[in-house]
Amino acid sequence: MLSYYFHLAIRSLRHNKVLTGLMVLAIAVGIGASMTTLTVMHLLSGNPLPGKSDVLFYAQVDPNPNGAASRHQEPPDKLDYQSAIDLWSKHNADRQALVVESPVKLSAPDVKRPPSMGMLMSTTADFFTMFDVPFQYGGSWTGEDDARRSRVAVISSELNDRLYGGVNSVGRTLRLRNDDVRIVGVLKPWRPAPQFYDVAGGRFSQGQTADYYAKPEDAFTPFYTGLEVNDGHFEQFNCWDAPKVPGHLMGAGCEWIGLWVELDSKAKVTSYRSFLANYAAQQKALGRISYADNTRLRDLMDWLQFNQVVPSDVRLQAWLALSFLVICLCNTVGLLLVKFLRRSGEIGIRRALGASRRQIFAQCLIEASVIGVFGGAGGWLLTLVGLGLVRRQPVAYADLAHLDVSMFGLTFLLAVLVSAFAGTLPALRASRIAPALQLKTL
Amino acid sequence: MMQIRPILAALRRHRIATFLIALEIALACAVLCNACFLIVNRIHAMHVVSGVDEKSLAYLVLDGYDRGRTNDLNARIIAGLSAIPGVKGVGVLNTIPFGDNSSINGITIDPARQRYSHEINTYIGDAASLRALNLRLVAGRMPTTDDYRSIANGFVPRDSMVLITRSLADSVWPGENPLGKDFWCIDFHFRVIGVVDHLTIPEPESRAAAGRDFSAFVAATPGNEMGGGYVIQADPRELPRVFREVMLAIPKIAPEVVVDHDGSGLLSDLRERYFLNDRAMVGILLGVIAALMLVTALGIVGLASFWVQQRRKQIGIRRAIGATRGDVLRYFQIENFLIVTMGILFGVLLAYTLNLVLMKAYEVTHLPAAYLVTSAIVLWLLGQLAVLGPALRAAAVPPVVATRSV
Repeated sequence: MLSYYFHLAIRSLRHNKVLTGLMVLAIAVGIGASMTTLTVMHLLSGNPLPGKSDVLFYAQVDPNPNGAASRHQEPPDKLDYQSAIDLWSKHNADRQALVVESPVKLSAPDVKRPPSMGMLMSTTADFFTMFDVPFQYGGSWTGEDDARRSRVAVISSELNDRLYGGVNSVGRTLRLRNDDVRIVGVLKPWRPAPQFYDVAGGRFSQGQTADYYAKPEDAFTPFYTGLEVNDGHFEQFNCWDAPKVPGHLMGAGCEWIGLWVELDSKAKVTSYRSFLANYAAQQKALGRISYADNTRLRDLMDWLQFNQVVPSDVRLQAWLALSFLVICLCNTVGLLLVKFLRRSGEIGIRRALGASRRQIFAQCLIEASVIGVFGGAGGWLLTLVGLGLVRRQPVAYADLAHLDVSMFGLTFLLAVLVSAFAGTLPALRASRIAPALQLKTL
Repeated sequence: MMQIRPILAALRRHRIATFLIALEIALACAVLCNACFLIVNRIHAMHVVSGVDEKSLAYLVLDGYDRGRTNDLNARIIAGLSAIPGVKGVGVLNTIPFGDNSSINGITIDPARQRYSHEINTYIGDAASLRALNLRLVAGRMPTTDDYRSIANGFVPRDSMVLITRSLADSVWPGENPLGKDFWCIDFHFRVIGVVDHLTIPEPESRAAAGRDFSAFVAATPGNEMGGGYVIQADPRELPRVFREVMLAIPKIAPEVVVDHDGSGLLSDLRERYFLNDRAMVGILLGVIAALMLVTALGIVGLASFWVQQRRKQIGIRRAIGATRGDVLRYFQIENFLIVTMGILFGVLLAYTLNLVLMKAYEVTHLPAAYLVTSAIVLWLLGQLAVLGPALRAAAVPPVVATRSV
C-alpha cells in the first residue's frame, strides 16, 4: 500500500512541476540557512573538552589593593603575579596550570627562514595532561623543568610543519627572541574551539568574540622560561599601577596570568573554594588586597558562558535563519493545502469508493514527506554550500566550519520533521473532505 | 468599499489558508523591519568618522626588534622612509584608527583618583605623527615643542599635554570649557590643551556607540620607550606606490624586524579590513530579505491561483449578472490587501517584540516607526504585485463559465 501511495505521490508531484519545485526550494533554502547557522553555533558553543570540562576550574581573586578605584562586582579576569604564584605554589589541586600568552619572534638557527612573529604560551607541566593535549613526537616537560626554568619547549604541529617540514624535531633548537630552547615535544594537530584556556574579558567585548576561536599558540615553554626569554613583551589584562618597565609585569600592579586547576571530586572543589577565600582573607589582613570576599571558582563551561564566547553575529545569524525557516514552513503548509484541496474531487471519489479518512491522510502525508526528503537533500547540499561560504569569511573560526556526523543526522531529521509537520495540517484537512459534496460538483 | 463585506465572508470560509498567509506576512514584516534596521545600523557604524586624513595616510607595524634599542630603530625608520620620494612625513604613533586597541585607559577628574568615570583610548605620538593625522582643532591650541615630553614607564609622559575629542570633552565636563582642565590615570597627569572635532577609537565596534569617539592624543617624544608603529603621510595619488616602496625598503633599513602585515597598510585598506565582517553581515541580511520577499510572493501567488481556480464558477456567475472585469480584478486585489493588512497589524507587534529581544542582546535602539511604515508599504506592494497575475486570470474568466456543468 505504501509503495502505491509513494507512486501516487510522485505522479501528483510531477503533475505540477513548478509548484512542487517551489515547495522543495522553499524547504531546501530554509533548511540550508538554518543548518548552516546552527552548525556554526553548535561548533562554537560546544564543549572543547567533553568529559573533562566539569573537573577543570578557573580561579579568580581580586588583587586590587586600591579601595574604591573601581566597582568590583566581579573580580578581574586574570591574576596578578603575586597571587598567581602564591596559589600555584601551594599545589592544592590535583593538577594546575598557570597560563600566559605573549607575542614572540620565532626562528630556528639550523633552518634558513626569516624570523616570524608567533604566540608563546608560558605555562606549567600539567597543562598538557590537564587539557588532554595530544603529542605527535616527544612529550611534555616535567615539574622539575618548571622549577629549574629549563630552556625547553613544546611546539605546535603547524610550527613543526613550517620550520622542519613535519619531521620529528625533538632535540632540535628553536630560537625565541634571542634565546635558544630545546624542543622536547611536538603536538599533533590540536584545535580546541574555543581556545578555552586563554578566554578572558568577554564581558568587555561587545560581542566581538570571534578571536577566542584562534588557533593555539605556536610554542609552549615552562612558565618562568617564557617569562625570561620573552621579558618585556607581556601584555596586561588590566593594571592598577603602571609597570616600571613596560612588558615586564612580574611584581607590577597588573593582572595578566590565568590559573586553571583540576579538581576531581566535589569535596576537593569545596575545599579549593575555601582555600581561595582563606588566601584572599589572609592577603587582606596583610594589607595587600582590599577585597577578600571577591573570589570565584568557575568550571570550564561556566567560564565560557560567563565570557559569552559565541560571537553575537553568529547568534544573530542563527535567529535570522530560524525565523526564515518558520516563514518557509508557513509557505509550504499553505502551498500543500492548496495542492491537496485542488484534488478535492479526486479525494471525494476515493472516499466514495471506500477509502477511509486514515488512508487519505496517509496518502497526503506521504506526498508531503516526499517533498520533505527532496527538500532535505537540497537543504543538505545548501548547508554544505553555506558552510563553504562561512569558511571563506575572514574570521578566526572559519576553518572550523564543517558538517560533523551529528549535524549531518540532524539536518535530515530536521528536513523530515519539517515536511511531516508541514504536511500534517493539509493532510488532515484533505482527509476531512466530505465525499458527497465533491461528487455533486463533478 | 461595498465589496469588503462579501470578501470577508469569503475569507471566513478559508480560515486556515488566510491565517497561514497572514502569519507569513506577519513574520516577514517582523524580520524585514528588524533586518533593515540592523543593516542601516551596520552601514552607519561602517561610516564612522575617523577624524584623520585617511586618504593620505598609511600605517606600518614592526615587531621583533630589541626593546632596549627602540630609539635607534625609530631614527633609522624615520630617516630611511623619509628618503623615499613622495613621503611627506613619518611619525611615531602607538596606534591608528582601525588598528589595534593598544592603549585603553580609565580616567578620573578626581585629584584623589578615587572615582574612575570614563574609559578612553590614547593615541601617543610625536609631532610628525600629529601633523600627518591632520586632526581638526575646534578649540584651544596644538601642542608646541615644549609640550612633547618624554614617556615614563613605557606609557605616557608623567605630565601629558593632550588633545581630546569634542564628544569626550562634552561627556567629562558637560557645559564647561574643557581647556586647561586636568585628568588622571593612575599617577599620570593629563592637561587638556585643545579639543578636536573627531578622533575615533582604533576599534570603534569594541565600545558602545556613545564612547566610540572617546580618544585623546598625547604629545610625546618616543625615546627608547615607544616604537614599532609608524604613520606615513603622502599625496593620496602617490600613497599606494609609496607604501609598496616602504615595504620593500624595510628589510634594508631594519633587517632584524618582522613586519606585521595584518596591522600595516593604507588607512583605507585598514578601514576596509576592519569592517569586512560588517560588510559580510550586511550582505547576509540583504540576502535573507530578498529570499524572504521571494518566498512570500510565491506563497501569495500559489494561494491566489488556487482561489481563482476554485471560484471560476462563482466568477462566471458574477460576470454573467453584470460584474465587469474590473470588479473581479478589484475583488482579488482588495482581498489580498485585507490579508496583507491583517498580517502587517500582527507583524508590527512581532517586530516590536523582536526589537526588544535584539535590544537586550545587541546594541540597537528602539525601532523607529519609519521602518514599520516602509515595511508595510513594501509588503502591500509585494502583495499587490504577487496577486496581479492570478487576479488578471480571474478577470479573464468569461461569463459563459457560469452556464457550464451546474
